[in-house]
Amino acid sequence: MRTSSKLVLATAAICGGTFATVALAAGGDLGQAEKQATNWTAIGMFGVFVLFTLWITKWAASRTKSAADFYTAGGGITGFQNGLAIAGDYMSAASFLGISAAVMATGFDGLIYSIGFLVGWPVVTFLLAERLRNLGKFTFADVAAFRFAQTPVRVFAASGTLVVVAFYLIAQMVGAGQLIKLLFGLDYMVAVLLVGVLMMVYVLFGGMTATTWVQIIKAIMLLGGATFMAFMVMAEFGFSPEAMFAKSVQIKTDLAAQSGKSPEEAAKIGFSIMGPGGFVKDPISAISFGMALMFGTAGLPHILMRFFTVPNAKEARKSVLWATTWIGYFYVLTFIIGFGAIVFVLTNPGFLDAQGGLIGGSNMAAVHLANAVGGNIFLGFISAVAFATILAVVAGLTLSGASAVSHDLYDTVFKKGTADSASVLRVSRITTVGLGIVAVLLGIAFEKQNIAFMVSLAFAIAASANFPVLLMSVLWKGCTTRGAVIGGFLGLISSVALTVVSPAVWEATLGNPKGSAWFPYTSPALFSMTIGFVGIWLFSILDNSKRAEQDKAGFLAQQVRSETGIGAAAASSH
Amino acid sequence: MQADLTQRIAAHPKYQELKSKRSSFGWVLTIAMLVVYYGFILLVAFDKELLATRIGEGVTTWGMPIGLAVIIFTIVITAIYVRRANKEFDQLSDDINREVLQ
Repeated sequence: MRTSSKLVLATAAICGGTFATVALAAGGDLGQAEKQATNWTAIGMFGVFVLFTLWITKWAASRTKSAADFYTAGGGITGFQNGLAIAGDYMSAASFLGISAAVMATGFDGLIYSIGFLVGWPVVTFLLAERLRNLGKFTFADVAAFRFAQTPVRVFAASGTLVVVAFYLIAQMVGAGQLIKLLFGLDYMVAVLLVGVLMMVYVLFGGMTATTWVQIIKAIMLLGGATFMAFMVMAEFGFSPEAMFAKSVQIKTDLAAQSGKSPEEAAKIGFSIMGPGGFVKDPISAISFGMALMFGTAGLPHILMRFFTVPNAKEARKSVLWATTWIGYFYVLTFIIGFGAIVFVLTNPGFLDAQGGLIGGSNMAAVHLANAVGGNIFLGFISAVAFATILAVVAGLTLSGASAVSHDLYDTVFKKGTADSASVLRVSRITTVGLGIVAVLLGIAFEKQNIAFMVSLAFAIAASANFPVLLMSVLWKGCTTRGAVIGGFLGLISSVALTVVSPAVWEATLGNPKGSAWFPYTSPALFSMTIGFVGIWLFSILDNSKRAEQDKAGFLAQQVRSETGIGAAAASSH
Repeated sequence: MQADLTQRIAAHPKYQELKSKRSSFGWVLTIAMLVVYYGFILLVAFDKELLATRIGEGVTTWGMPIGLAVIIFTIVITAIYVRRANKEFDQLSDDINREVLQ
């Protein structure tokens, strides 16, 4: 009886708390965590990962001589490798732990949520990938500013990059701090400093080459570990999804019945994991959130910069196809892992604490499942992989921030393109150290904050500022410098402003009374993207300046190069 | 790129062919993806019952294969574009490259 009441409490806590957080977080937030006993197996495995990646960094450092090596690994990454690296950037620790926890709590809703993260990739492929590769050199600003006045567009693009990177970084640093308490049983501060220092070492010495290989290794480890878990779960049910679903429904029904529900109610609650529940409350939120995820993917600077690391448009396309395949496969795995957690974790009192919740909090579903199907050694492996994931994502974010500052601001805006490779590299490295310090400070400052909105905000800004400017400058002849800059900034400001007055920030983070939020929806993207696009269009057609004529006259040359790639070979200077 | 080279490429019939083929193909597939994804989201928003309907005797609902189908569709539609682009579109740009730059 004691066990069963614990179970009920655990489930109630999970159902009530987790999904709201996870849904808003867009896979970015791990919430507050309790520090666990020190896990030496996990720390040891993470140590091996660190030694291996440092050895790779040493190798990469010997190949990182020019600015092109630093930003784009000399353009020598293959489509397959780049696909794994992009998938690695996308499969964050929070999406692994958060989505599997969401599936455990709500079943089908977790699937709806993960699909949102996948559907942006075809759009990137059809509209942007090869054009980016043909027009760009180091940053997406190279593409957005191709035919425009350099200074204003670069200043806008660098702002868009740094704002997105900042919000994403905060989410990752706070996530790292919470994870280390859970997985390794170490202090929050240790995690923040460890991530800050290691990330600086990778980026400073190994540049894009090291950052890419760290990401590839981590992606392989994460996909391998998740595959093993999903395989073990499916093997238990003779590889029959129906058997797995039936058992999960039965367990959820039993748990509901034990909490005092009538048999009919319990059966209804148990079966609710098989269909949509409360994830989509109102259609406007659903569409707006879907737009942020779909188009935000096409505006994330640390993802866009990966298209400059491959030698040509063909490899750029191959890399998105591989990335889409791995990410889609990964979400199928997390779905199976979530159902596996219902069966193996929710029924095992060994994974539940004295208060009846999952030990370490609801996001531990996948970690406990690792223990259940693979024992202590595999638990250590999955813990090490989850932490390595944050490290790799942070390194990629920092590199994209450093290229925005050194290439867009220093080289193009201040030095008007006359800076030599050595001084650009020096500025990149100074910026990397600066961003590392800022990331550590932000990680400390936000330790106790509710940061559930940070990643979805990063996606919303990317969708409302970076994506419209990129798309319009590449596809619409009438787009002018003035239109791109004003429209882009309007998208940036409106997405941030609407997020501040949305319930996630206004009520949950700033502590205003419930219902006082001025903007009622989960995500601003539907509105702020519209503002961004309309702004670009309106200020472009109203623009009768001399510069506007030049901008339009430059379209043909840009289009020829973006379509054929002729002239693009020089872009990666190798 | 020199202005005359740009003009020569832009006037090349194969360039016109490449541009219109890629553009229409890209937009058709983009719209297909939007229809499938937002169709799925609107189904979730307005017809939860359908997705929660059991397929047969067991507990498996229509939502499960439909959700999986959206994931597979996303990968397949990307593959379709990449396959055609890597063969046909790259062949066209190689031709243009060869014929204009010779």
